[in-house]
Amino acid sequence: MRFSSPLTKIIFIFILAVVAGIISLPKNFKLLGRQFVRPDLNLQMGKISIVRNFDLILGLDLAGGSHLVFEADFSNIPEERRANAVSGVRDVIERRVNLFGVGEPSVQTASFEGKQRIIVELPGIKDPKDAIELIGKTAQLLFAEVEGEGENQKLVPTELTGADLSSADVTFDQTGGKPVVAIKFTDEGGKKFTSLTQKNVGKPLPILLDGQLVSAPTVQEVITGGSAVISGDFTLEEAKNLAIQLNAGALPVPVKLVEERTVGASLGAESVTKSVRAGLVGLVMVLAFMVLAYRGLGLVASVGLIIFGVLTLALYKILPVTLTLPGIAGFLLSVGMAVDSNILIFERFKEEKGKRPIADALEVSFGRAWDSIRDANIATLLTAFVLANPFDWQFLHTSGPVRGFALTLALGIGISLFTGIVVSRNLLRVFVKEKKQ
Amino acid sequence: MNWMKYRLIYFAVSVSVIGAGIIGLISWGLNFGVDFKGGASLEYKFEKSISTEKVQSKIEDKGVEITSIQDISGGAYLIKLRSISQEERQDIKSVLEETSGGAVEELRFENVGPSIGPELIKKTFYALAIAAGGILIWVSLQFKSLKFGVSAILATLHDILVLLGGFAILGHFFGAEIDFLFVTAALTILSFSVHDTIVVYDRIRESQKRLGGSLYDLANKAITQTMVRSLNNSFTIIFMLVALVLLGGVSIKWFAIALLIGTVSGTYSSPFVAVPLLVTWDEIQKKLKKS
Repeated sequence: MRFSSPLTKIIFIFILAVVAGIISLPKNFKLLGRQFVRPDLNLQMGKISIVRNFDLILGLDLAGGSHLVFEADFSNIPEERRANAVSGVRDVIERRVNLFGVGEPSVQTASFEGKQRIIVELPGIKDPKDAIELIGKTAQLLFAEVEGEGENQKLVPTELTGADLSSADVTFDQTGGKPVVAIKFTDEGGKKFTSLTQKNVGKPLPILLDGQLVSAPTVQEVITGGSAVISGDFTLEEAKNLAIQLNAGALPVPVKLVEERTVGASLGAESVTKSVRAGLVGLVMVLAFMVLAYRGLGLVASVGLIIFGVLTLALYKILPVTLTLPGIAGFLLSVGMAVDSNILIFERFKEEKGKRPIADALEVSFGRAWDSIRDANIATLLTAFVLANPFDWQFLHTSGPVRGFALTLALGIGISLFTGIVVSRNLLRVFVKEKKQ
Repeated sequence: MNWMKYRLIYFAVSVSVIGAGIIGLISWGLNFGVDFKGGASLEYKFEKSISTEKVQSKIEDKGVEITSIQDISGGAYLIKLRSISQEERQDIKSVLEETSGGAVEELRFENVGPSIGPELIKKTFYALAIAAGGILIWVSLQFKSLKFGVSAILATLHDILVLLGGFAILGHFFGAEIDFLFVTAALTILSFSVHDTIVVYDRIRESQKRLGGSLYDLANKAITQTMVRSLNNSFTIIFMLVALVLLGGVSIKWFAIALLIGTVSGTYSSPFVAVPLLVTWDEIQKKLKKS
């Protein structure tokens, strides 16, 4: 079997490592005073086009951003309509967040022992105050009528609500230049509005938002065009938020913020630099230790470890894996574990060397060590599985950082099996044979 | 080497380390972070320098009591408070900007409501139970005996206890907190510890098939054969973790320390807790059969 000789395999591994090496390079880097740019994947073959940019995706704790958890109060909603209400809340919040305009927001729901949560992640946001206000408001718009005279005046809600709107926009008041919100009604809403103004000519028509009076314009004449203007005492920000809320629709139930984690971009960048430095120092120590402890074999393991590093990084970029701070720790830990399969084999090799010819001893060591490598790593994968919670079991953690850690740990184990068994083994086969000649 | 002869010494070492930890747990308890007990944790970077006392008094003037305040490098403070509202947050930032006379950058802001903590504890318990149960079944099946599985799980329990006790002591003297990352570390240690134990077990299983003999002798042989591997493997992981502790920055320091304690304990517990337990169990079983 010429084709699958160790040498051919090594050439294949080498090519794989070079491709992975290129993918794992940063976008722009300097080497020997020259500036390089890493190419991205851009394949055009007839109708099929594959375009991928190989940038590491960083989690909120590294890139900066806000993680917000809202709790929704469904106590007033009957049991059978709850599931609908939950997805309603999610959709409304998602629309609001998308209109707010941050890059790649994520909105998820989670429930635990009857509590419904909505988890909103906003990458790159500096001050989440506006976002929290935008998301957290129920934004129930209501038109009311005034009944009674003088002291006995009271507000009576009408049938016209935020649900009758087709769109809302920020414009500016023509006289004062103040920001106002221009609203358009749906066909039916327009009819309701017309009859409402008809009934109330010369009287105020209060507009309420979440039970609070926003403005109470006096109706001068019947309005038939199906549009109106809400002119509260808004700042530009408030007007923008209100327009977004009206466009996205009102929340079916109130929500409140129960958890917030915001990380500034500068702190995230610092964490990245520090952990990369720690990783490099640790890696050099591990490599030095392996060479000191196992000489030539250690050198082979070191090559295997470096290949492990570039393969893992490349896979993070291809999948892609969102890298978090615990994720980096998981990666570094898996580097430590990746060496383990090598150590197991080498220690075995030392024992077997005395009993049989070197090449045989090598194969026997690989075979015998495999049992313990397999059993031990399956136990670790089991824990990684519980931590990663891939099926979203609600009784387990669903937190991003923990998942990031579990995912990088699991990937690390998988790749370490490949580099420990396939890469080191073939390198050693060639190495040991050369020695014999 | 006759490792099993000194079983009592290993048990004594484990008992005293865990005992010290339990004393720490009883006298000081665990230092739970905001993830568990709720509250706010702020990290502010000041453009102009300001004293710790001033930061503290200005915030407390706003009616918000401070649990702890820590001067971290680079003109930054880490402040722990009760859970605060968005208005209080704005207030605190602006009063600090006013007092220091320069910009205040919010490096990190965490605010966790009281309902999150109990949930986290429950979920952690479930995660631990599922992972431990899964490992117990896997090891018992793989080595065709419940005593292998139970001894391995008891050894990991030993490591979790060492970690908890260690953090009670570190929490009291150095402010180490139990947070989300600690939970992750504990689960990782669980798997690392079993990983090491399985390697020793594997050697016992292999010699049993080829040579047979009493478990006592097989265990001695297996420990001798795996000792160097076990130490060398731990060294490489320890190198990585020490680099993380020293250079990795504040946010990851205690996480790395937790993993470090677990690695050391996990390396110890495989030959000196799991295997002695297994051998002792086997001996008791045989005695019972005879009588």
